[in-house]
Amino acid sequence: MKSPLIEFIDVKKSFGSNHVMQGVNLSIYEDETTVVIGKSGSGKSVLLKHIIGLMHHDSGKVLFKGEEISSMPRKKREEFKLNFSYMFQENALFDSMNIYENIALPLTETSRFSKQEIRKKVEMRMEQLEIQGTSNKYPAQLSGGMKKRVALARALITEPSIVLFDEPTTGLDPVRKNGVHAMIKSYQQMFGFTAVIVSHEIPDIFQIAQRVAMIEKGKIIFQGSAEEIMKSDLNEVSNFINGIGDFMEY
Amino acid sequence: MIIKSVENFGFWTTQQIENVGRIFIFLFTGLFHIFTFPLQIFKIIEHTWFIGTKSMVVIMLTGIFTGMVLGLQGYYTLIKFGSEGMLGSAVALTLIRELGPVLTAIMITARAGSAMAAEIGVMRISEQIDALETMNINPVRFIFSPRIVASIISFPLLTALFDVVGVVGGYVTGSLMLGINGGIYIYRVNESVVMADITGGFLKSLVFAIVVTTVCCSQGYFTHLQTRGGFGAKGVSFSTTTAVVNSCVMILVFDYVITYLLL
Repeated sequence: MKSPLIEFIDVKKSFGSNHVMQGVNLSIYEDETTVVIGKSGSGKSVLLKHIIGLMHHDSGKVLFKGEEISSMPRKKREEFKLNFSYMFQENALFDSMNIYENIALPLTETSRFSKQEIRKKVEMRMEQLEIQGTSNKYPAQLSGGMKKRVALARALITEPSIVLFDEPTTGLDPVRKNGVHAMIKSYQQMFGFTAVIVSHEIPDIFQIAQRVAMIEKGKIIFQGSAEEIMKSDLNEVSNFINGIGDFMEY
Repeated sequence: MIIKSVENFGFWTTQQIENVGRIFIFLFTGLFHIFTFPLQIFKIIEHTWFIGTKSMVVIMLTGIFTGMVLGLQGYYTLIKFGSEGMLGSAVALTLIRELGPVLTAIMITARAGSAMAAEIGVMRISEQIDALETMNINPVRFIFSPRIVASIISFPLLTALFDVVGVVGGYVTGSLMLGINGGIYIYRVNESVVMADITGGFLKSLVFAIVVTTVCCSQGYFTHLQTRGGFGAKGVSFSTTTAVVNSCVMILVFDYVITYLLL
């Protein structure tokens, strides 16, 4: 049996009296696309930020290849972080830098590549993501879909083995939304990274998911394949998938 | 009622200690990373251009009018004692010891400090700082270290510019407009100013550089932790205002302390 690449064991996290994670147990496997679904405010993004260390849990364990992330020595944690890229919900592009500088930033700041090597890598990624010709533009001059591609190019420039996507299709129209899903799927196959996607684009997101987890009231209430979740007889799961619920809850 | 008040006071005190600790850690991390490789030379040049070069016009304008008003006020005060010839000394010493470093720091705070706080605040609320962390880039090194070096370079140079332009302003009023002998004015400036006055002024400007940059950058950097001024754009606006007000107050407090220690 495959052992998980990333594992959450009884992870709890509270912000004051708001208990966002109340004992999350989740397994993420190598080279797979895992999608985390759940209502708005259910703690999906918080869960994602725990993986990369942007947030720290109150109790429980978050393991990477069986080793607890929070107790890794500084040097090892830095090396561990090099495996990851994170694509933010609102892209988090640097608005005072042009597109080329945005994409090149992780390399110019953390690698020892020469300027020519960096230029070559950036141009290759821009070509793969079909954003050539935007090098000298600024994020504010691009459409929502183009910004997503730039964010993805920046996320992939370091050739990470794990990419975390925080609601990558927020604010996009249905055509662009499907385009982003297709893009993630094709690049996941092309570059062979492990993807963790937080989304509530149901059922579209299931087309690219190998594994789906649903978070509800601070706990993972379902983990399985896309087919399994569609057939799930758990009330919370089927109600969520079919968009049924008490709107007062939201 | 009393227990609640004591609890609130305790909570407030703990928060203030936490804030001070956070700012000191921020400052020392930033200072440490000035010397870590690769050195951020191009960023330092870019920020020196923004903080220093772009502030020159406003510093020259403030300097000339400060010198002119000192010349005017000084002349009408000194003439009562028949010692208007001392105007050069009065203008130069006031500017070099006190007004030069203080007004320069306040003007840089208004022009560049507010911009730093707002820019970093926007970076914080739009998750750009989180993005740096995910890319394994130290945000304090990336954002704060080049700015503090640029300020350490710019503040003393702008103070020197302010002093020179201010002395010229005093000459314009005292000599060209009110008829004091120009040679006497310059002789008095030359005779009364000693090296200790100049180094004292520069010492103040160096301290103000560190204080202003730390206060402004930390206000922006920790925008997300403040709860009093609201969140999002309102939070950034509150942080910017707080940065400017706190910087100005700190400039005057440190000015008094340094003056006391130097005299």
